[in-house]
Amino acid sequence: MRDAAAILAGRLAARASRALGAGGGTTVPGRVALALAPGLIGRLVARLPGGVVLVSGTNGKTTTARLLDGVLAAAGRTAVHNRAGANLLPGIASALVERAGLDGRPRAEVGLFEVDEFALPAAVEATRPLVVVLLNLFRDQLDRYGEIDIIAERWARVLAALPPGATVVANADDPMVADVAATWAGRCLLFGLDDAPDRGGARTLEHAADARYCYRCGVLYEYGLVALGHMGHYRCPRCGRARPAPAVRARTVRLRGADGAFFTLVLPDGEVAISTALPGLYNVYDATAAAAGALALGADVATIARGLAATAPAFGRGERVALDGREALFLLAKNPAGFNAVLRTVLDAEAAPVVLIAINDLAADGRDISWLWDVDFEVLRDRARAVVVSGLRAEDMALRLKYAGVPASCVTVERDPLRALEAGRARLGDGERLYVLPTYTAMLDLRDRLARQGYLRGFWKQ
Amino acid sequence: MDLRICHLYPDLLNLYGDRGNVATLVRRAQWRGLDVHVLEARLGEAVDPGAADLFFIGGGEDRQQRLAAPDLRAVKGSALREAAADGAVVLAVCGGYQLLGHAYRPADGPVLEGLGLLDLETVHPGPGARRLIGNIVVRDLAGGRLLVGFENHGGRTRLGSAAAPLGTVVAGFGNNGEDRTEGAVAGTVYGTYLHGPLLPKNAWFADQLIVLALRRRWGDVTLAPLSDAEEDRAAVAAAARAGVRVRLDLGLPDP
Ligand SMILES: [Zn+2]
Repeated sequence: MRDAAAILAGRLAARASRALGAGGGTTVPGRVALALAPGLIGRLVARLPGGVVLVSGTNGKTTTARLLDGVLAAAGRTAVHNRAGANLLPGIASALVERAGLDGRPRAEVGLFEVDEFALPAAVEATRPLVVVLLNLFRDQLDRYGEIDIIAERWARVLAALPPGATVVANADDPMVADVAATWAGRCLLFGLDDAPDRGGARTLEHAADARYCYRCGVLYEYGLVALGHMGHYRCPRCGRARPAPAVRARTVRLRGADGAFFTLVLPDGEVAISTALPGLYNVYDATAAAAGALALGADVATIARGLAATAPAFGRGERVALDGREALFLLAKNPAGFNAVLRTVLDAEAAPVVLIAINDLAADGRDISWLWDVDFEVLRDRARAVVVSGLRAEDMALRLKYAGVPASCVTVERDPLRALEAGRARLGDGERLYVLPTYTAMLDLRDRLARQGYLRGFWKQ
Repeated sequence: MDLRICHLYPDLLNLYGDRGNVATLVRRAQWRGLDVHVLEARLGEAVDPGAADLFFIGGGEDRQQRLAAPDLRAVKGSALREAAADGAVVLAVCGGYQLLGHAYRPADGPVLEGLGLLDLETVHPGPGARRLIGNIVVRDLAGGRLLVGFENHGGRTRLGSAAAPLGTVVAGFGNNGEDRTEGAVAGTVYGTYLHGPLLPKNAWFADQLIVLALRRRWGDVTLAPLSDAEEDRAAVAAAARAGVRVRLDLGLPDP
């Protein structure tokens, strides 16, 4: 009775919030429902016949969950999914309330939730998941989360609290994540990359690499392959601790600039060629993680391939927007490792790109923007034809470019997001696209303004 | 004329864009036509006290500090002490700043003995205590100029009588959130909680350190002025995020 009232109240809150144009109502309905009926999440997910999958990590949560949703759809299974990216408990509750009948039964088979890495303990407690996907741990928003060690410790405690039949899907290539997964005594499915496109023989760690020391010995890892940030084929020269062999692997990876990637997905019982429209090596990781998650849920090889191929980019993560006869490609860039990966994708796609970088320092971005100095913006020095900088910390970004050696004549500071888009668009030649690299709230802001100008739908309507 | 910089623990203590400090020193010296050499000294690698004019140490998490502290004392300590006594500049930020003091007591685990180059001690009040996080503006004690940055530390630092604060907190927390002091100076040894990183947006301070560092081998040196429009605009924007309005010439309104 109480749950029915809470579901109803949540739905009304969603409708009201939309009518007021107050955004997508991605957290308010859940907050309202949880206030009226604490424990509602647990009671609703208990009625999902297929159980719950949680996806967490610093980078790739939204895309991985979306890819998993695509595979579930290919298998003919329905999922309740917090696809707008509201990844704290109220966001999960909102998604559930949206899909639940007043009888307290969700109209879906599986619960699929991306979860903020810090909120994972609470989400595990609330949902008792069948599968937990652990993607990676990079430094991100140090002002909010504190040090990444603290998150790794929290995750290790989370695994101890999992139901015994649960499967942990974890990244073998991330030393911290693999360490955490090794503490789980139950079923564990590791994923990783067998190879990565060689970037001029660059087998060294970038400046942003975090977990480069063996936790046991305090000795630098040796890398046979550096894929992304500190992820790759690592080995401690002192104690021999090394990357565990993953069961789900991507092999012969071929990147197609901004257009996606090809790779061979190797699973325990077979392999299959994958073509994805999601650009960049980071999305190959996400697709491999989603494949492992789908395997844990019982999907077969052919279904996984179909689902991965059919999945379009999530909003702001490889999404294309038409801009008066030109195209803007949005690539969310919210921390050093992610930013480096996105810069590589842009430079793979274009010889002399026009780039818009929008940096905000709101709570959801991290108020500390010193991480800009850990991004290798030096790669733009002899390549970018023009860089427009925008956002609340546009001046910091312009300064970063100055010390990266990007000529002042290439750089335009335009705090106003719409005018920044116009400035970027004006520099495009025929057939060229604008690469938009925003932090999280800068991305929401840009999209919101474009939506109001009629360029695209609000993301909550997707 | 050349400038020699030694970056200590570049891949261990590099938490908050700390390499931006080294990049700023390098570029600003190069823009004046100086030759710049950057040495790096990692865990286990000794340093030659005469080989650098400026030593930089960045910040790290407790775990990295625990790795660096014994190395700093045993492997690099005497050389750093000797270099500082001879007028070399030492700049330490955040975790590195704490390690230049007598001791750092972390939230848990044993006390880390520091180098004692600065007369100060740091105590973390415990895992439940609030971290001191946010944009910060400091008025330099020596010249009254502004320093802007971001701070994020659990430890509370208290200075002894042999260290002077680097500045007075205008907005933010500083050394301990209580006595309005920020950072510490003793001779040519500087410590501060300001990252952001510190030097790019505080170009005047970067230049002051370069001049000090050059003085040891090259006597009285003056640096040609640079156009710091980008630096100043970023500093004003950062100060505004801390709630402090300043004019482009970095004049600070009287409180
Ligand atoms: Zn080891």
